[in-house]
Amino acid sequence: MSMMLGNTPSQLFAYTGGKPLDQSKPCVVFIHGAQHDHSVWILQSRYLAHHGPGVLALDLPGHGRSDGPLAASVDAMADRIAAVLAPLAAPRFVLVGHSMGSLISLEVTRRLGERAAGLALLATAAPMRVSDALLAATREDSAAAMQMINVWSHSASIAPFAVRPGNPGPGFNVVWENLRLMERIARVNGADVLPTDFAACNAYSDALNAAKSLHCPALFILGAADQMTPPKAAQSLIDVFAQKTVVVLPATGHSMMAENPDGVRKALQKFTAQVFAPIRDSGAA
Amino acid sequence: MAVPKYPGFDTLALHAGQRPDSATGARAVPIYASTSFCFDDSEHAAALFNMERAGHVYSRISNPTVAVLEERVAALEQGVGAIATASGQAALHLAIVTLMGAGSHIVASRALYGGSHNLLAYTLARFGIDTTFVDPRDFDAWRAAIRPSTRLLFGETLGNPGLDVLDIPRVSAIAHDHQLPLLVDSTFTTPYLMQPFALGADLLYHSATKFIGGHGVAIGGVLVDGGTFDWNGSGKFQTLTEPYVGFHGMNFADESTVAPFLLRARREGLRDFGACMAPHTAFLLLQGLETLPLRMERHVANTRKVVEFLAAHPLVQKIAYPELPTHPDQALAKRLLPKGCGAVFSFDLRGTRAAGRKFVETLDVFSHLANVGDAKSLVIHPASTTHFRVPDDELVAAGITQGTIRLSIGLEDPVDLLDDLSRALKAASRVA
Repeated sequence: MSMMLGNTPSQLFAYTGGKPLDQSKPCVVFIHGAQHDHSVWILQSRYLAHHGPGVLALDLPGHGRSDGPLAASVDAMADRIAAVLAPLAAPRFVLVGHSMGSLISLEVTRRLGERAAGLALLATAAPMRVSDALLAATREDSAAAMQMINVWSHSASIAPFAVRPGNPGPGFNVVWENLRLMERIARVNGADVLPTDFAACNAYSDALNAAKSLHCPALFILGAADQMTPPKAAQSLIDVFAQKTVVVLPATGHSMMAENPDGVRKALQKFTAQVFAPIRDSGAA
Repeated sequence: MAVPKYPGFDTLALHAGQRPDSATGARAVPIYASTSFCFDDSEHAAALFNMERAGHVYSRISNPTVAVLEERVAALEQGVGAIATASGQAALHLAIVTLMGAGSHIVASRALYGGSHNLLAYTLARFGIDTTFVDPRDFDAWRAAIRPSTRLLFGETLGNPGLDVLDIPRVSAIAHDHQLPLLVDSTFTTPYLMQPFALGADLLYHSATKFIGGHGVAIGGVLVDGGTFDWNGSGKFQTLTEPYVGFHGMNFADESTVAPFLLRARREGLRDFGACMAPHTAFLLLQGLETLPLRMERHVANTRKVVEFLAAHPLVQKIAYPELPTHPDQALAKRLLPKGCGAVFSFDLRGTRAAGRKFVETLDVFSHLANVGDAKSLVIHPASTTHFRVPDDELVAAGITQGTIRLSIGLEDPVDLLDDLSRALKAASRVA
């Protein structure tokens, strides 16, 4: 079940978690990372949608089924998202972002002001530097770049080939799912997506300032075996927040929603219940 | 910058899908002989049923032992996932009924296993799904057979019994030009000899009964999705892209961008038709799969020796093996099957049908039975067995004569295989 947000010709696709969005409820907004789409949140978004809040798992501009054009910076992506969220009646939002999406969610939260009830940053880093060699590969040899990203997006060696209980269920292979999704985005949305996304990550340098401007609680979900954004890379950002929860998932890589779907879900479930509780108690939902 | 590598094929064949059992430390895959699995509480039960959480509910839908086989085959094929079924035929049926219903149409290679031919030509036709059979080498015929109602192109990686090599890059391009997927039966090639998704196929299945299991002890199938086909972009697959009333209005393509086919196949076809694999079967097949790379190397090496021997024998009229210069697909085979063309092939004996019968009955090391892909060498006479119900004109079109003999070369000492064949050919020559 899904809906389009905003006005043509620049609408954003949103998966609503398997049920229609109820705008009288507080809303969890999921923002995926580079060269991905909403489907990376399949279990977490569907679960939350059936346990309280409304859910919008977005496709970023120019990704998946969202209209283009691609947004070339974290700020430009945040502008597009904030613009489609603003008219919604949902009283409060929690932004949940993964990797590049975590940087975008910081900026969207900044733009939402008092309507932001909380922020969940998954596999994040500040700054989120990308090596020159990988940046070059995204432009010159996308197949090699996607292989690098896919290997480094999972915990080492054989473990990601034996994820339990599976994502989105038994019988699936999370490593090849991730590769096929990246390939799909390149095929359907164009070869520019990968270099544009990674350049946007690399260029964004305002994460600490954005965090300092926020007053809502933050949840950090980090993978102990993350080779792309190791937990220590998030420390400077963690230090900024006054109200924070840090969850480090053991034996979990960068693709944490696939490698450890239950660990991510539990942390998000607890956090959203906490930050939305005052809203429910006041009768807003 | 050096590109980091994935684990190698041999490693995945041993480890993919399984870590040592967390409860007991068991290194081998445990057989979870349980029809059903306890819920933590009512909320957990509801979440599993509604696909909000991953896990096992009932072994018709999924089972921990079967999941290891599924994930291991998916890993080896570089597919997004797999579903193990009661047989290879069940895998083919599951693929078809997930994609289409009455009024739909399939274009299939005419060089098919007799059982697949039966399913397409007779049984599915009874349920309103029609098939047009084409010469797999005739690309114009593939193209011309496609109708507005066509939903699938289908062939075998190595056609049965003439080993026609399916030109997957060209046939898949035709399919994709018409926004259709290509399904291949990859039984004869296994993921060790060919990875069809890299060549353009979208879906594949194995009769795991054959080389995957490799020991002739269990019947099973595995259906694998490459995750490459754009179901939304095609616009022809409402089963995947529109709400399904049979599962809470789920739109499978909204849920998963790359795997809506597998979600629907498990949540509908496996659930409702019920052709699931038993955990003990999965365990047996996994024992074979662990040594697939080693066995396939030996299968191919032995086959090359047997083919060379038969090709030089005066009683052999014709031999169909794509590595031979006499085979029409030799160049294509070099390109698509550089590791070898498998271990199953057919040849025609000179002389009467009686000579063929004498040949089969004289063999001692080879077993006369209706299977292929066993560790032991096998022999059969297709016209009177696997293709018994196929009309004569279709037999000829498929390259089968009354004198055609099919061999499946096993892992025995090749000297013993050649001695056995030599003895049987000598006996046959006396009645030819």
